[in-house]
Amino acid sequence: MTTAVAKTGPVPDYDYKIVRQFTIMSVVWGIFGMGMGVLIAAQLAWPQLNDIWQPFSHFGRLRPLHTNAVIFAFGGSVLFATSYYVVQRTCQTRLWGGWLIPFTFWGWQVVIIAAAITLPMGYTSTKEYAELEWPIDILIALIWIAYALVFFGTIAQRRTSHIYVANWFFGAYIITIAALHIVNNLEIPIYPFKSYSIFSGTKDAMIQWWYGHNAVGFFLTAAFLGIMYYFVPKQANRPIYSYQLSIVHFWALISIYVWAGGHHLHYSALPDWTQSLAMVMSIILLAPSWGGMINGIMTLSGAWHKLRTDPTLRFLVVSLSFYGMSTFEGPMMSIKTVNALSHNTDWTIGHVHSGALGWVAMISIGALYHLVPVLWKRKEMYSVKLINAHFWLATVGTVLYIAAMWVNGITQGLMWRAFNADGTLTYSFVESVIASHPGYVVRLIGGGFFLLGMLLMAYNVFRTVTEKENEAHNDNTVRSVQPA
Amino acid sequence: MSTFWSVWVIVLTLTNLGLVTWVLFANRKVAVDDQADPENKTTGHVYDGIEEYDNPLPKWWFLLFVATLFFTAAYLAVYPGLGNFKGLSGWTSVGQLESQQAKAQEKFDETFGKYVEMPIEQIADNREALKMGARIFANNCAVCHGADGGGNYGFPNLTDGDWLYGGTPEKILETLHNGRQGLMPPQGPVIGEEGVKNTAEYVLALNGLEHNAEMAAEGQKVFGTVCMACHGADGKGNQALGAPNLTDNVWLYGGSREQIQHTIRGGRKNEMPAQKGKLREDKIRLVAAYVYSLSRQEDVEQ
Repeated sequence: MTTAVAKTGPVPDYDYKIVRQFTIMSVVWGIFGMGMGVLIAAQLAWPQLNDIWQPFSHFGRLRPLHTNAVIFAFGGSVLFATSYYVVQRTCQTRLWGGWLIPFTFWGWQVVIIAAAITLPMGYTSTKEYAELEWPIDILIALIWIAYALVFFGTIAQRRTSHIYVANWFFGAYIITIAALHIVNNLEIPIYPFKSYSIFSGTKDAMIQWWYGHNAVGFFLTAAFLGIMYYFVPKQANRPIYSYQLSIVHFWALISIYVWAGGHHLHYSALPDWTQSLAMVMSIILLAPSWGGMINGIMTLSGAWHKLRTDPTLRFLVVSLSFYGMSTFEGPMMSIKTVNALSHNTDWTIGHVHSGALGWVAMISIGALYHLVPVLWKRKEMYSVKLINAHFWLATVGTVLYIAAMWVNGITQGLMWRAFNADGTLTYSFVESVIASHPGYVVRLIGGGFFLLGMLLMAYNVFRTVTEKENEAHNDNTVRSVQPA
Repeated sequence: MSTFWSVWVIVLTLTNLGLVTWVLFANRKVAVDDQADPENKTTGHVYDGIEEYDNPLPKWWFLLFVATLFFTAAYLAVYPGLGNFKGLSGWTSVGQLESQQAKAQEKFDETFGKYVEMPIEQIADNREALKMGARIFANNCAVCHGADGGGNYGFPNLTDGDWLYGGTPEKILETLHNGRQGLMPPQGPVIGEEGVKNTAEYVLALNGLEHNAEMAAEGQKVFGTVCMACHGADGKGNQALGAPNLTDNVWLYGGSREQIQHTIRGGRKNEMPAQKGKLREDKIRLVAAYVYSLSRQEDVEQ
């Protein structure tokens, strides 16, 4: 390590301003998006809550606001912050791009606020995770192109000979999301906030789920693997387990993921061959996905004791466990016979949240706890105890959420397909809704725990940023507890 | 799919899978070979202090990967997936649906067949048949009419003996088979806002509800020239037209002053969808018997 540091010369003057901005907004939008989630979870348990301020408070309008806020506002801010940070540090160079850099920040905030206004007003293109209407879509495309220029511009002027694996994942995510966003949102504007997709029928559905599944595959998976590849070895202060494994699972992951979207349309009008391909590609995805988990968890070998004292590292490692679990569950659910049971049930919601809470949010939180002291030049976070409390709230909250949705999903799936001896359906739909009520309450409690953890984080970050006595005077990126 | 697109799909699929397999097999040997320092197991790359070991792929993981590739090869041979190639099994989703439906129809013939000929009154006396009718109702009708048949705003109560189109077995069957189109034309443009308000008072009076007698008297004149055509001179409605009885304090769209005014002013449009073609004839008869029994239960209780 020493020789390499010598090779790179003095540490460049990194652009931390943009990273700090996105870091703060990650916490803000995290609380907003998860708060929305808790509200709509409560609406599902007690439908009267839809009436708080009709029609703006209706589940149908707030649900897309929740998904957009957690994925693009919270997740997006985390990804901007971490990718800008990681690309600078692993390329040993300052961000390239001039005014494009603040444009990505302010532009992104405008997009989020526009979403928070237009979605409750009922403006929607009706495409899941792509509900925003065409003027906002255009702004997103411009920001994304600026983002790509900044990111690849920085890579181009790197002072290291190779490109670190974290940047492969960030790069793949930026390119693919650009393609997905632009193609899926090709639409003909009718009014300032109304448009029609240029695709129709089954084609439209296939394009939508090619987009939808790869929003998961690239936005919520590949990009967060980029976070993993920097923050896990950094926080554990250990080398990455296997370079070869990263090569194999990177190429397999990005080339297979784009085929898998059709599994959202099993038993639909989608042609049989497309459904089959989507299913087998989803099954192949198991190994490349687990490759990332193995590389992260095995990086800790020889440093397991650090988990006892470092809750930030615990966030990172537990997120990998949830990642491994949900990427096992995903291929299983893509098998047609399993899908026949799980489709349209709460199982799907549970699966998404084991990924979204357990993997995406937890690794983000771990990365943010690593970043905040570095960005504001502090020795450590204001309170490690609060990080620990946050960790347990997040873990218990996620487990409650997933368990409730498994029980609900399987109950619903079995009730919907139960037949009497005379061939009639045993249960009416509403009976399955009544049976789901306890699960909805447990899910709300789990989500509430998770949100409470985020509030602790906001307080902890606020104290860390504002209190100066904690100041550090040297490079403090290697802060994990050293073995005694 | 044209031959071009079929070939396109096959080539893309196999090329992608082939490249993935190649990447997997090409990275099985440890590449690091540091002559100067045999203990060194890292690649020598360092990024911001992060080094990389060059451990080989875990064996179980490699085997798992290979297993999924074998599964894929077998699946694509047996099932449709590679363009126009139908797969060795000849399976199609339409074929699966048809065979399962055929099986279900056979079962239905067995259990429901005997009700095609049976009179509705007789079915309604059969407990087993009523149970089946109730389940069919729960899965097809309850969405609008409520799990207990008690109706909802805009959807008639089927248990109160108050029928829009008649409650005889024949009429219930007719409603189920062909559906109903309910239409109350908007009267606002015809009788004016004052007419709307006066008529509403009269309708309230017909039901013995609190009303303004003076306005009701004016409203009665309007009723006598405009509304009676369908609802009858006495306001008791006309089942042949589906015009509701306006004197029994049973309301499809609410019986408050504002709601009645709204109904008169803007009219109402409603539809009971036809079930013929959606449900089998024997199922329709079971539902008819169940609905018939619902209103008779009410009679018994009263």
